Amino acid sequence: MNMQLATGNQAAGHSMSIAGEANRHARGSISGIYPITPQTEIVEYVAKFPFSKGRVIPVESEHSAMGVCIGASLNGARAFTASSSNGLAYMAENVMVAAFYRLPIVMAAVNRTLGPPWNIWADQGDSLMFRDFAWVQLYCDSNQDVADTTLLAFRLAEDPRVLLPVMVCMDAFIVSHTSMEIELASQEQADRYLPPCEIPHHLDPAHPVTVGGMAFPQETLTHRMDLDQAIRQVPAVLEEHRAHFNEVFGREVSGAVSAYRTEDADQIFIASGTISLTLKDVVDERRQKGEKIGMIRIKMFRPFPTAEIARLCRNVEKIGVLDRNYSAGTGGIFWQEIRAALQGRGGHLVQGYLTGVGGGDVVPDAVREVVADLKQRTEAGDPVWKGIDQ
Amino acid sequence: MNAAISEDVKADCLLRPGNTNCGGCGMSTGLTLLGRALENEDYSLVIPACCGIVTAGAFPTTAYSVPVTAATFASSPAFASGVAAVNDLNPDGKPKHVICWAGDGGTYDIGIATLSAAAERNENLIYICYDNEIYGNTGGQRSSATPFAAKTTTTPGGKIESKKDIIGIMAAHRVPYAATLSIAHPEDFRAKIEKALKIEGFRFFLIHAPCPTGWKTEPAESIELVSLAVRSGMFPLYEVFDGTDYRLNAEPDGTDPEKYYTKQRRFSGQPIDLDSVRVAVGARMDRLRRLAGLGRH
Repeated sequence: MNMQLATGNQAAGHSMSIAGEANRHARGSISGIYPITPQTEIVEYVAKFPFSKGRVIPVESEHSAMGVCIGASLNGARAFTASSSNGLAYMAENVMVAAFYRLPIVMAAVNRTLGPPWNIWADQGDSLMFRDFAWVQLYCDSNQDVADTTLLAFRLAEDPRVLLPVMVCMDAFIVSHTSMEIELASQEQADRYLPPCEIPHHLDPAHPVTVGGMAFPQETLTHRMDLDQAIRQVPAVLEEHRAHFNEVFGREVSGAVSAYRTEDADQIFIASGTISLTLKDVVDERRQKGEKIGMIRIKMFRPFPTAEIARLCRNVEKIGVLDRNYSAGTGGIFWQEIRAALQGRGGHLVQGYLTGVGGGDVVPDAVREVVADLKQRTEAGDPVWKGIDQ
Repeated sequence: MNAAISEDVKADCLLRPGNTNCGGCGMSTGLTLLGRALENEDYSLVIPACCGIVTAGAFPTTAYSVPVTAATFASSPAFASGVAAVNDLNPDGKPKHVICWAGDGGTYDIGIATLSAAAERNENLIYICYDNEIYGNTGGQRSSATPFAAKTTTTPGGKIESKKDIIGIMAAHRVPYAATLSIAHPEDFRAKIEKALKIEGFRFFLIHAPCPTGWKTEPAESIELVSLAVRSGMFPLYEVFDGTDYRLNAEPDGTDPEKYYTKQRRFSGQPIDLDSVRVAVGARMDRLRRLAGLGRH
C-alpha cells in the first residue's frame, strides 16, 4: 500500500504521468499543457515528471494544448492534457476534433464555473457543454476516484472497440485542491494495467491518407453512426476494464452508476460528483428515521446510462435530481437527461434541484431541504433553485 | 499528342493529377515544386482550413500522395508540433519531416498566435504559407496579407491598410530559417527547401501564390505576375538565418511596379499612387540590402 496525501489535481497529474510513462516501449507520450485555475497543479505535475520517452509541450492556449495532443495521438503517441472552465470553452473546437478523429486522448477537466462573472468555484457547466462532442465523460467524487478513474480512462479510451477520448471530471477545489490520504498507483502497476497505445489509423507514409478532408453528407452520416456504435460499446468495455483494474490494483474503481439503498426505496435522489457523497450521508440519516429513500450516483454522463437508470428507478414514484450546473431555458442537465431516460417508463415524478450552481457549498442542510421538498410533492414543477440567500 | 504519365510518376507527385484546383492557381504550382524538392524525403503535411485542404478532394479519395492531417483553422502549428514531437521521440533512420501548408488567413490572421508560439518554441517543423493575399476558399475576402488598394469582397473600395510583414515577424522570433519563395524561380525554390531540410528547428517559408479567381487575373499569366513581383521588388526573394543574417537571392531588374498592378483587376477602377508604391518598394529593398550587408542601389 502506497498511501499518501494528495489533492485531486496531484492524483490526476500522477495517474496521467505514469500512464504516459507506461507507453515508453511504444511511441511514447506527449502532453500539450496550458495553465488555468484550478487545474494548473495537474499540468505542473506533468511538466515535472521525468518521462523517459515523452515530451511536455507548454503551448500558448488551451486550443493549442488539445491541438498538440491531436497531432501526437494521430502519430501514435499516448496523449493527455487538463483544463477547466473558460479554458475548456476556448479549447472547444479541438475538443470536438479529438473525438471526430477517434483519438484516445485523456483530459482531466476540473469543473469550474464559466465566466463572466469570474468565479473559480465548482460548477459542471464547463465540461457539460461538450455533451454532444462524442467524448466519454466520467465525473469523479473523490481524490481516490480521480486517481483510479484516470488510469481506467486510458484503458477505456484506447480499447480498439472504443477509440474515443475520455474526460475525467472533478469538482473544483472540493476535489482539486483538497488533500486526502489516497493510494497512488506505482509505475509497475500502470505498466501492467496499460498495454502499449495503438492507434490503428496513425499517420503512415506507406498508406498516405488525408485525415479530416472533405466529406459529403452520406460519408459524414456514416462517420456519426460509427461514433454512435463506438460509444455504445463503452458500458460493457468499462466493466471489463474495471474488473481488470481490480486484479492489478487490488481495489475497486467506481462504475458508471452507483446505487445506494435503492432496493426498497420509494424515493430516489440522483447526483454526480462530490454532491453524491453528501447525499449519501443524508440518505443514511433519513433511513435511521425510517424514511425509505435511496440514491444513485451517476459517474458516466456520456454515454448516458439510460438502461441502468431506468432499471434502478423502475419501482419508485418520485425522483429528485441534484444538479451543480444549469442550462438556461431548461434547468439542470442531468435532470433533463434523466427525464429523457425515464420517458415512457411508468410516469415517475422527476423533480430537478439546482444545487451549488456557481460553486456554492452544498451542505447537508441543503440536501435535507431537497429531501423534504420531494417528500411533500404531488407533482413535478420547474427546477428549484437552492442556496439563494433570502 | 498527350504525354503519357506513368503510374510511378503519378504515385510520386505530391499533388496528383486529377485534383480540381483552379487554372493558374499559385498554390498548386507551389505544391508541385515542393513535391519535386522533397522527392526522396519522408514527410507528412498538416493543413488547416484553406484551399490546400479542399485540394485533397472528398473522402475517401485524396489528391495528396503523403499522409495529410487536416487541422482546425488556427491550429496547424499546434497539430504539427504534436506530430513532429512524436517523430523526434521515435528516430528510426531516415528523418520524417513535418510540413504545415497554410494560406495567409491561417498564417497572418487566425493562426498567428499558434504560429508565434510554435516559432518561439523552435518546434522542429517546416511552415509554408502560400500567400494568395485573400481568404480565397471563401470567395475572396480581405486578410491582413491583402496588399494596400486591393479590392476584395470585404474591401470593395480597395484595402486602406498595408500588408503585414510576416517574414519580419518570423525574423523577430529568431527562427533558424525564414525565406521567401517564388514559383517563377523554381531553382531558387528547390535550393531553399533543400537548405531547410538540413536545418533543425522552426523553418518558415512564404510563397507568393497568385489566385486568378480572387485577383481577377488571367490564369495563364500567374507565373508572369509573380515574376514581375520579383523583378520589380514587390516580392523580394530573400532568406533570414536566426533572425539576423539576411541574404538577398535576386536583385530587382528595374521593372516598374506599374506592370504588376495593371495586370490585376483587383487594383483597377481606382487611382493608385504609384509614386508612393515605388518609394516604398525602393525603401524596403534598400533596407533588405542593408540587412544583407550590401550597399544601396
